[in-house]
Amino acid sequence: MSEKVKVTIDGITVEVEPGISILNAARQIGGEVVPPAMCYYSKLEGSGGKCRTCLVKVSKGSEKDPRPMPKLVASCRTGVMDGMEVQNITSPEVIEARKGVVEMLLINHPLDCPICDQAGECHLQDLSYEHGLAKTRYDFERRTFEKIDIGDKIQLHMTRCILCYRCVYVADQITGNRVHGVLGRGDASEISTYIEKAIDNDFSGNVIDVCPVGALTDRTFRFKNRVWFTKPVDAHRDCPTCKGKVTLWYKGEEVLRVTGRKDQFGEVEDFICNTCRFDTKKTSEWVIEGPRNIANTSVISANHYETLRPLPVIQNDPILIEANKVEFERATKI
Amino acid sequence: MARKLLLEHINVPGIHTFDVYRKQGGYRSVEKALKSMSPDDVVEEVKKSGLRGRGGAGFPTGMKWSFLAKPEGKARYLVCNADESEPGTFKDRYLMTYIPHALIEGMIVSSFALGAKTSYIYVRGEMMPQIRILEKAIDEAKNAGFLGKNILGSGYDLELYVQPGGGAYICGEETALIESLEGKRGNPRIKPPFPAISGVWGCPTVVNNVESIAAVVPIINDGGDEYAKVGIGRSTGTKLISASGNLNKPGVYEIELGLPVEEFIYSDEYCGGIANGKRLKAVVAGGSSVPILPANLVLKTVSGESRLMSYESLAEGGFQSGSMMGSGGFIAFDEDQCIVRNTWNFSRFYHHESCGQCSPCREGTGWMEKVLHRLEYGHGKMSDIDLLVDVSKKIEGNTICPLGDAAAWPVASAIRHFRDEFEWHVSNPKEAMERNYGIGNYADPLPANEVPVAN
Repeated sequence: MSEKVKVTIDGITVEVEPGISILNAARQIGGEVVPPAMCYYSKLEGSGGKCRTCLVKVSKGSEKDPRPMPKLVASCRTGVMDGMEVQNITSPEVIEARKGVVEMLLINHPLDCPICDQAGECHLQDLSYEHGLAKTRYDFERRTFEKIDIGDKIQLHMTRCILCYRCVYVADQITGNRVHGVLGRGDASEISTYIEKAIDNDFSGNVIDVCPVGALTDRTFRFKNRVWFTKPVDAHRDCPTCKGKVTLWYKGEEVLRVTGRKDQFGEVEDFICNTCRFDTKKTSEWVIEGPRNIANTSVISANHYETLRPLPVIQNDPILIEANKVEFERATKI
Repeated sequence: MARKLLLEHINVPGIHTFDVYRKQGGYRSVEKALKSMSPDDVVEEVKKSGLRGRGGAGFPTGMKWSFLAKPEGKARYLVCNADESEPGTFKDRYLMTYIPHALIEGMIVSSFALGAKTSYIYVRGEMMPQIRILEKAIDEAKNAGFLGKNILGSGYDLELYVQPGGGAYICGEETALIESLEGKRGNPRIKPPFPAISGVWGCPTVVNNVESIAAVVPIINDGGDEYAKVGIGRSTGTKLISASGNLNKPGVYEIELGLPVEEFIYSDEYCGGIANGKRLKAVVAGGSSVPILPANLVLKTVSGESRLMSYESLAEGGFQSGSMMGSGGFIAFDEDQCIVRNTWNFSRFYHHESCGQCSPCREGTGWMEKVLHRLEYGHGKMSDIDLLVDVSKKIEGNTICPLGDAAAWPVASAIRHFRDEFEWHVSNPKEAMERNYGIGNYADPLPANEVPVAN
């Protein structure tokens, strides 16, 4: 273990593998010190560095070269060095810059969350709750685009897009034929397929999962329900093309949609194929594993009353811990 | 008459042809370098000369060359950045049009120094005539044995290609240029890795400006030490300045670095003063991306010394009261020019040229342009001025490439120095549509040893 390097993020020191990014080191610590990431996706090579929400301040470069970095750096694309000291939420400069980035991301976003299918699991929504202003300073007309159907299963609503390029990387790396990219330049640039050609590939549906906002949505789920009314359940099936490990989103008896299993950072564990995603929506076709654990902070958990750890008052008292042991085990079993 | 190094023979008829150029002593440096010097010697000479990158950032060229990684079995590339498209800068186009062999000669010597077997000249797509001129020049040089296999019997091979760009300003950023050269969308890459480690097709690459490469020729001919004698302090050598705006004699001038700005504007050898007998109001000293300065600050620094055309002197005073050498696009404004309109025009350019990859620049440049448009056309608000400053701060330093900074600085500096004029545009919208603010107090002598009002 001597090869590991020490990084200090917001005063918390962690030993990590050399060469990983600051963002991933922060994710090993977890909690509040993790910078938000809109464009970085650990499973997509080359992603990141674009949205600038994960900016952090490197106040000490490394043990060998303790000079601080002159500018804020994108934590998702900056590698850790031994002895590096990073400031995220402890640096007012970072908070200020992040506020600026969130404001920039929102000025052309339609903020149509009440009618957006992504609402409730939208990264931009979380981000703007956390860092955004209540009121916009932008009083010009927002950029709008026509909705485009990419094939019969996916809809592209470019107006909501924040140009994170994740779907471009999916199209590039996971699907075989690349027919999907960015057209135009500057704030006129848009995600598009080659002359509106349908993405016709077994794994094209993953662009929906990687989209941090509601720009790419599942047409089979469109306007069916709000995500926080549906119940996520982990399930698997024997699929010849993918691993078949998915999350089913139930409303009553009915499976409304199928997605990949997203972790706490909104990244799927495995990419799933279109058959699993769009065409197998009967409970009988799946082996149910159990309810999906959703972060307590998510609106999807709003109606679930699971207390995953003992209350703080209990945590500090060995007698109370012992007395509540059975109770706690029962609560965490579900 | 100051010494000319690059444009010495510019007035010789037919200098764009190989024969005339050769007769004037052209390609001497290739002979010297290939026959009597090792690649490391060439790099050492360039280091000694103190030549600094002429594309804008002013990074020492010799240093940049010595950073080039040299792994075994991997090709190395030299790419010449001729994607000159900054408003106000047109020196590279001039050089390529009238004396293309200076660039070719520099390319051969530089490629030899870096050990590149293939080199590219990435020319902006709009410069079609220059592309043809360069290709003709390459053919001529090839016929004379200065390019191709076994140059001058030294065993060194070099192929030189001209690659037209699509006409995007962003492709002047070195990593975007590399992406574009590879045939991809011209989005800047995230650094590190720097091109010196992984550039074109993942191979070590050096990207240099046209003028930097052409300047290698006199350095090799006369020696690095000799070159370093020209100029002042750490700003060595000569620099091409493309002067434009309200000047009597706009055009491309080769100056020795360290020339006083006042002399450059008013002497008959250079720009010959402000056109139509008007007064100087403001100057953009190094192309549209550098901070704009009012007349009083551009002629004298805050400490009262006269400002010189050099990297250090132009930057003196930092962002508070200084500017930058940039790419040498010298734009002069007389008393009848509207700074608000000019700032809007610049920000319109950056809005149009932002690649759209990272969010602060993509959204912020458009926002600034819209606010400035509103101010210029008489329906701005007082709060817009502070909004602009705030937005420019949010862009600056938070983007992948320097385009964000380049878009933010002109706006921030214009408001810093010309706030009166912006406020006048808000408070007198009708008047602002009909006439200009005039010179105000921008040409008044600076108060002695006191920082000017810097809001």
